[in-house]
Amino acid sequence: MGIAEIAFYAFSMSTLIGGIFTVVSRNPVHSVLWLILAFLSAAGLFVLLGAEFVAMLLIIVYVGAVAVLFLFVVMMLDVDFAELKAEMAKYLPLGLLIGVIVLMQLMFAVGVWDYSTGYEGRLAAEIGTGTNTAELGAIIYDDYILIFQLSGLILLVAMIGAIVLTLRHRVDIKRQDVVAQMMRDPAKAMELKDVKPGQGL
Amino acid sequence: MIGLEHYLAVAAALFVIGIFGLFLNRKNIIILLMSIELMLLSVNINFVAFSAYLNDYVGQIFTLFVLTVAAAEAAIGLAILVCFFRNKGSIDVEDVNVMKG
Repeated sequence: MGIAEIAFYAFSMSTLIGGIFTVVSRNPVHSVLWLILAFLSAAGLFVLLGAEFVAMLLIIVYVGAVAVLFLFVVMMLDVDFAELKAEMAKYLPLGLLIGVIVLMQLMFAVGVWDYSTGYEGRLAAEIGTGTNTAELGAIIYDDYILIFQLSGLILLVAMIGAIVLTLRHRVDIKRQDVVAQMMRDPAKAMELKDVKPGQGL
Repeated sequence: MIGLEHYLAVAAALFVIGIFGLFLNRKNIIILLMSIELMLLSVNINFVAFSAYLNDYVGQIFTLFVLTVAAAEAAIGLAILVCFFRNKGSIDVEDVNVMKG
């Protein structure tokens, strides 16, 4: 067994273990941390497949942004998670049954799958000899520029939507009043008093 | 050399774990969203594995777009969750009945 096989089995085991504990963990903070493990090992699998750019993107986007977002929300909400977990045993048999059935169907599909004849001629963007990032960039900014721009638009819409949904204007706190600040006049704001020595006001 | 079927098996197992999570955590929307992220990750593993073994870059490019949409979905989903928690004080799926649907 070579180093690539050992790395593959190690990364795939830790991906699956991370996934399982994400799902069954009692504490949602632990769930997020297991999710981070699953994403990091999936990034390792991508590196093994020669897709370095997607692997690094997975670490930056998922571990750096999405997982931190989940952590913030879990810590922000004051929820009694033990109560939510109480009914977990009720759905366990049904979930296991459906999981096993879907897994068997997927394995049947993987078992009989094969390449179609002459697929080499139908490849859209063949992998060349350059670095992964440079070749991927050339294809994205050339053939897929419209979809790339549209995905940027999706992110913009998501950002505006998230801000609008979570922004709230509280009335019971003191705020800065810019107009009142600018219209303030030193003559009305303070008063000079001539205090005699030895006397109070 | 590791075969393509190995990667497909890992992706299938991860997808099933995601489905299992949807059934197991019927009440906790945060874990439901995390299960959906796991399923999207397994789809991404399939895309990248086929891209590497068919010698074609399109799978990796599609992975980029799946990643984008997954990030947008997580942001919107969590924003709706925070908004809902402010109004109802709970994140139970069964409390989501304002529209009587």
